[in-house]
Amino acid sequence: MKALILVGGYGTRLRPLTLSRPKPLVEFANKPMLMHQIEALLEAGVTQVVLAVSYRAEQMESELRAETDKLGITLTFSHETEPLGTAGPLALAKDILAAGDEPFFVLNSDVICDFPFKEMVDFHKAHGKEGTIVVTKVEEPSKYGVVVYNDQGRIEKFVEKPTEFVSNKINAGMYIFNPSIMKRIELRPMSIEKEVFPCMANDAELFAYELQGFWMDVGQPKDFITGTSLYLKSVREKNPSMLYTGPGAVGNSLVDPTAVIGANCRIGPNVTIGPGVVIEDGVCVKRCTILRDATIKSHSWLDSCIVGWKCVVGRWVRLENVTVLGEDVIVKDEIYINGGKVLPHKAISDSVPEPQIIM
Amino acid sequence: MLVKAVILIGGNQKGTRFRPLSLDLPKPLFAVAGFPIIQHHIEACVQIPFLKEIIILGYYGVSEMSQFVGEMVQLYKINIRYLQEFEPLGTAGGLYHFRDQIRCGNPDFFFVLNGDVCADFPLIEMLEFHKTHRETQKAIVTLMATEATRQQSLIYGCIIENKENNTLEHYVEKPSTFISTLVNCGVYIFSPEVFHQMANIFNKKQMDFYNVENGSSIEREALYLEKEILMPLAGTGKALVYQTVKWWSQLKTPGAAIYANRHYLNLFRERRPERLAKSVQPTIIGDVYIHATANVHPTAVLGPNVSIGAHATIGYGTRIKESIVLAHSRILDHSLVLYSIIGANSEIGCWTRVEGTPCDPNPDKPFAKMENAPLFNDEGRLNPSITILGNNVTIPSEVIVRNSIVLPHKELTRSYNNEIIL
Repeated sequence: MKALILVGGYGTRLRPLTLSRPKPLVEFANKPMLMHQIEALLEAGVTQVVLAVSYRAEQMESELRAETDKLGITLTFSHETEPLGTAGPLALAKDILAAGDEPFFVLNSDVICDFPFKEMVDFHKAHGKEGTIVVTKVEEPSKYGVVVYNDQGRIEKFVEKPTEFVSNKINAGMYIFNPSIMKRIELRPMSIEKEVFPCMANDAELFAYELQGFWMDVGQPKDFITGTSLYLKSVREKNPSMLYTGPGAVGNSLVDPTAVIGANCRIGPNVTIGPGVVIEDGVCVKRCTILRDATIKSHSWLDSCIVGWKCVVGRWVRLENVTVLGEDVIVKDEIYINGGKVLPHKAISDSVPEPQIIM
Repeated sequence: MLVKAVILIGGNQKGTRFRPLSLDLPKPLFAVAGFPIIQHHIEACVQIPFLKEIIILGYYGVSEMSQFVGEMVQLYKINIRYLQEFEPLGTAGGLYHFRDQIRCGNPDFFFVLNGDVCADFPLIEMLEFHKTHRETQKAIVTLMATEATRQQSLIYGCIIENKENNTLEHYVEKPSTFISTLVNCGVYIFSPEVFHQMANIFNKKQMDFYNVENGSSIEREALYLEKEILMPLAGTGKALVYQTVKWWSQLKTPGAAIYANRHYLNLFRERRPERLAKSVQPTIIGDVYIHATANVHPTAVLGPNVSIGAHATIGYGTRIKESIVLAHSRILDHSLVLYSIIGANSEIGCWTRVEGTPCDPNPDKPFAKMENAPLFNDEGRLNPSITILGNNVTIPSEVIVRNSIVLPHKELTRSYNNEIIL
């Protein structure tokens, strides 16, 4: 089977991290974001993946190719010369996707969940129509476009930001289509949600598959951190031996075996610590992602933060409230950063008591 | 020769700007650099040759002061007494009321020191100055004076000095327009003849009281040193001005206590180095005072300019800088305290950050003093200041308390920023 992953642009919502690394390569739970999807696709029998990107990034292409080669997956980059939205890229990759008569996957790249790709295929084949979209339950449907469907899952309509309750199911950004969908799509900037799905629903060709378990769009730092917590909870249920159980462990955390953790620390809950990271004595980290080769010095306290690659966080530092440190940021001793977004290669020697961007 | 010293400490109705630190303890007894504020005055006084007695004058209850006075007598082996005014008598009313106590033993001179200033008091030099100049000038008082900035001078007593003979030419208390950058330090030497001057003014007040209709509105016994004694002496040649360039500051606000703490610790380095902590574990940076009974973990890092009170507990991996930690307080593991005063019996949890904003003098201006900024700015918001925890305050683990004032006996449950917590 084949899959198209909509990577899109520069990932500006995840800046300052994406100033140093393309979004698909930013590690979520110690693994490049895109690899979570690619590995799950492989398990469902996908052998060819097309990445729809609207910019060229040599680093991303070679790094990802190295990863997918190991997995035995054929990786193709489909470059848009102008952003083609969410439907246009299908037309651009038509030759690959519609080569046979097998259905293919289309995924938004920012989504993290327990990917139900096998179940999607079964469901799709069972209803026999042109498309299946995965829907997930949300608490506040009024913020989203909701999907209304019948008991069999056949989609009746889409309601954008409903003012009164019609459904609490939203599009989860994961689809499976028959190649016949291509007749609905043109090679131009086009929205699959607005221009394609309503027609398919009218034709009774679109079904909804209800996602079990967690779902999160991790395209921005706040949701990245929340998504990590949800992901780790799912690891606890499915694969608890992966989680950190060393000294100071509290709740669910992932710690790379090459990371060094000092004495009297408290690690967790909901922390991921990447390869080569050094956590000195007496550090408390909760709800944080610490990326590769960063150092956190003694007695610092970090809550709800992302610490970029090779950062050095000094002693008695307090980072909180979705502070994001770009690559190679140095935070001097005793500094307080509240909700700061710090661009790469900065040295911070004054506290940042109110949320702001540090250029 | 016989010299005495009088320290004026006021009472509970005074020193309100020092709250919440003065809520449970008379402000003069608040520990700065490990020692009560007026103990620094006493230490400066006991250096004076022929000093035979120190009188502490105020209207705090005797019971509030007696233990301190007892300790001071034992420590310095000198006569020290606390005399309580029955009601607030103004800055000179107490001196006049207790004139017999001050005059007994026929002192040649007596010092008067305001209790709410802090300084590297140059008392011996000032006495020499008074003695040499008094002969020629027939002076009965010498005022200590220091330079301030033009703008800041307006909140002090301003002095114009006759440079030829060092006499007081003109004196205005808190002028509304600029008079002079030379300001009154609240430290004086008097010859006992000053009591004649006081008697004249006092008697005139009594006359007014009986002669003026509805005279009961007149404060019969109150006398004001600056307005009623110093101002009339200006231009008579009977008042001398002794100018000092040594460190001096008012000590009216808790922010000033952090500033005074730093300077007194710095003076210890010069004069009482045995009082400063020296160790590798805990790590000491700059000037730090640790009471002998305090329990500081070897991994703590303290300083510069930190005072740790009696029986305080300073935990594993803590960091304290530019702060005063009072007796019986507990700072638990990994916590950080910056520019703060931690009241007695308070507790700060683990990985907690207690942080204030210093209000130090402008380092770019010569003679700048501390800005005594009002508590609130024009928009009604709290001005950033040092963080103050009153007595017996509990701060939970992992929170931040920043630029806030916490009143005594309070248990916080979350973080605070720029707030007064009642």
